[in-house]
Amino acid sequence: MNVTVTVNGKAHTRDVEPRTLLVHFLRENLGLTGTHVGCDTSQCGACTVHLNGEAVKSCTVLAVQAGGMEVTTIEGIGTAADLHPLQAGFWEKHGLQCGFCTPGMIMSAAELLRHDPDPSEATIRHHLEGNYCRCTGYHNIVLAVQHAAAAMREREAGQAADD
Amino acid sequence: MTDRTEKYMGQALKRKEDPRFITGAGQYTDDFVLPGMLHAAMVRSPYAHARITGIDKSSVEEMPGVVAVLTGEDVAAAGAGPIPVGWLLPDLKVPPHHAVAQGEVNHVGDIVAVVVAETRAQAEDAAALLAVDYDALPSVALGSAALEEGAPQVHDDVPGNVAFRWEIGDEAALNEAFNRAHKTVKVKLRNHRLVPNAIEPRASLAQFSPASGEYLLYTTSQNPHIHRLILAAFVLNIPEHKLRVISPDVGGGFGSKIFQYQEEVVVLLAARLLGKPIKWAARRSESFVSDMQGRDHESEAELAVDADGRMLGLRVNTVANLGAYLTLFAPAVPTYLYGTLLNGVYKFPAVHAKVTGVVTNTVPVDAYRGAGRPEATYLIERTVDVMAHELGMDPAEFRRINFIQPDEFPYQTPVALVYDSGNYEPALDMALDMMKYRELRAEQERMKGTNKILGVGVISYLEACGLAPSALVGQLGAQAGQWESSLVRVHPTGKVELYTGSHSHGQGHETAFPQIAADELQIPIEDIDLIHGDTGRMPYGWGTYGSRSAAVGGSALKMALQKITAKAKKIAAHLLEASEEDIEHEGGVFRVRGAPGQQKTFFDVALMAHLAHSLPDGMEPGLEATAFYDPKNFVYPFGTHVAVVEIDTDTGVVKLRDYGCVDDCGPLINPLIAEGQVHGGIAQGAGQALWEDAAYDEEGNFLAGTFMEYAVPRADDLPNFQTDHTVTPSPHNPLGVKGIGEAGTIASTAAVANAVMDALWHECRIAHLDMPYTSEKVWRAIREARQGAGMGQAADD
Ligand code: FES
Ligand code: FES
Repeated sequence: MNVTVTVNGKAHTRDVEPRTLLVHFLRENLGLTGTHVGCDTSQCGACTVHLNGEAVKSCTVLAVQAGGMEVTTIEGIGTAADLHPLQAGFWEKHGLQCGFCTPGMIMSAAELLRHDPDPSEATIRHHLEGNYCRCTGYHNIVLAVQHAAAAMREREAGQAADD
Repeated sequence: MTDRTEKYMGQALKRKEDPRFITGAGQYTDDFVLPGMLHAAMVRSPYAHARITGIDKSSVEEMPGVVAVLTGEDVAAAGAGPIPVGWLLPDLKVPPHHAVAQGEVNHVGDIVAVVVAETRAQAEDAAALLAVDYDALPSVALGSAALEEGAPQVHDDVPGNVAFRWEIGDEAALNEAFNRAHKTVKVKLRNHRLVPNAIEPRASLAQFSPASGEYLLYTTSQNPHIHRLILAAFVLNIPEHKLRVISPDVGGGFGSKIFQYQEEVVVLLAARLLGKPIKWAARRSESFVSDMQGRDHESEAELAVDADGRMLGLRVNTVANLGAYLTLFAPAVPTYLYGTLLNGVYKFPAVHAKVTGVVTNTVPVDAYRGAGRPEATYLIERTVDVMAHELGMDPAEFRRINFIQPDEFPYQTPVALVYDSGNYEPALDMALDMMKYRELRAEQERMKGTNKILGVGVISYLEACGLAPSALVGQLGAQAGQWESSLVRVHPTGKVELYTGSHSHGQGHETAFPQIAADELQIPIEDIDLIHGDTGRMPYGWGTYGSRSAAVGGSALKMALQKITAKAKKIAAHLLEASEEDIEHEGGVFRVRGAPGQQKTFFDVALMAHLAHSLPDGMEPGLEATAFYDPKNFVYPFGTHVAVVEIDTDTGVVKLRDYGCVDDCGPLINPLIAEGQVHGGIAQGAGQALWEDAAYDEEGNFLAGTFMEYAVPRADDLPNFQTDHTVTPSPHNPLGVKGIGEAGTIASTAAVANAVMDALWHECRIAHLDMPYTSEKVWRAIREARQGAGMGQAADD
């Protein structure tokens, strides 16, 4: 069946099987392979994307459910030339090793920072409990999120001062 | 940065590889698509042990998209042999390990048949419906149970389920030591089984070109050349150079991506038989029953000390469960990587270990992060703590008085190894200071009797890593060499490519190797890239495991670089019309000593090497060098880790409150990367102590087949870690480096276990409990101990 999803600002219409999961739609139909699949029980969070602005595990959403909605993936939040503060934070603080969990981590952390611009260590750890990382032990991921939060607060303050 | 004063080595540089990972541009195996690609799904055994009495292909052949169904017979008819073992012990019994089962399945998840279809969903649909008839056979899951009289036979050709019996050390000397002992303790312990769980599931994509007879395999591998060698020479019987193995970005390995797996054989064969590229990607639930699992020892350890608390001897008897088949390193893990490490950091006059390798109806067991060394460390350090508690000595002090001293290196142990260098006390002192050990002990006393108890686990570990030397591993049964190679290719523009046989799946090689090169060549790191993971591009190498990349691969790189700078110097001397002895290579340029204006840059030299308009007489053009490095010994990193846990006695919940460690892996190439490795390792080791358990029931049914039943540590299970290091270089290799990839895991399981047991000893004199320390287990133990001591609440409350 036909579904139209706006992904990273661009509308895509594809003919998919009704059972197609959003993660497979992104990876296989649109070739956006930054969103990863790490499990089949919705535990690992590697597939996290934003759906109408909310972080979701894209392996728990059918592509057709996302019809008419806006999806943002890791490819859509920043580029190598213009990194999102979280991307910069993960780089700066060595918040990744193999990088497989990283897109999901960043997308999940982005949601946290939208709600809480200055989260404590405990808040970050609690928020990220649905995202597994087997490489980093999370220590540097926490630092990365704090680093990004500080950068975003500064940017915000700068903008406010400009207004 | 043309004028170079600072060194790159030792700097905490941000990683060069990260931009692609943080933007979602990494390229993992499952991201690749080849034209006309078909998808394979594995039909896996639901039985731990069964005879296959029939497979009805017609049950699915008409289903949408289905292209082919391949059984064990088809795979054998296509010429695939069994997957070999890479490490042969004397008298080893090796049951055949077929890519697809032939007649019999031996563990839940064993591959029974393969369905190939146009889409993955179609392949999986058909695989789920393929009609297979089985006759269930008796099965067994626990190593010790498989050794009992009358236990089910796993393989007819492995009598009594014993794959090998192995021993090391001087038993007579040990017995004599025990006769002299002031005190002995005996601990029975189980090092339970784990699933490595790299977050990227394994995947493979194969292509065959009938025109050239060449195969291409993208696969999640830590060592593409090893895969090529085994697949070409042993399994598929094709010329090695006709198979190109690419392991692109790989999402973690931890050992689980070293081995030759059945699915890789299957996709290569299917690609040839069907004339189309074939992809297979594991579901996580498949990973649980098809990735090699780790650990699984049942042991008895006895430790003897004299009246001063000096260790006299250690006796070890271990049953190592190898699972249903012997895989690549399987026999080596519980023997040479375990038994030889049982000396630890202590002056043991005598050690004797017996290991029985047993086959069972479970997923095969092989190297998992640390491979044998975490098992040895856990056994020694638990036993040492039990003794310290029995002696009423402080566990840290008990360790200190038994350390091998710095002036005793090289140190010959009674179990074969010669330690290269070490200085154990400073690491212990720093770790105790870092964690405010005395204050913790005071806090522990204060908390006694409340419903929160504190435990402090201190362990001092040592590991043998930098896996090589070829001659030695050859004597020990390895059917492989373990050297490493490096190729340095300087282009006319002065840009440099480094090629290594090591493989990075998170270890940051694309940054660390260029750091080494930038210092040697004295050019900006931006001009240097590392290429790895493609047998079609790089010279032969043995890959990444056993913390060998820096010590072995990095050393090979250093040697190749030295060849480049030697030649570059000759060219510069020639261009400057000076004698080679007068050339200084400093600050990124070649200068004539005492003639400041006279200089050539690395770029000038690289260009002239390629233009070849003016080279010294007889010199070959070009600027490229290859080096092969085979070390003379292992390297021996060490350190002290301290874990602090808080146990809620009302619920049994164990909280890992603090963790600190001091590791020594020689000089650090990149402290940021080294620290990251330690962090990740700690999390994995703590995971074993507290949560992770690849549990089977007695018959071999797997009870932990998804992340729902298998608890991988999450962010809110862990604290921040404190890390520091001392630096004791290895005298053996040109960089002096040791290894850090496994240290955290090797140390932390024992540290966390000792912390939990320390709490339980102080609270209610429980001497030992097996991991993992689930809340139920801990709660029951506390309750029983209190009742036993008459200090419990009413038994029926
Ligand atoms: S793939 Fe979606 S949560 Fe694991
Ligand atoms: S960086 Fe490898 S799983 Fe997180």
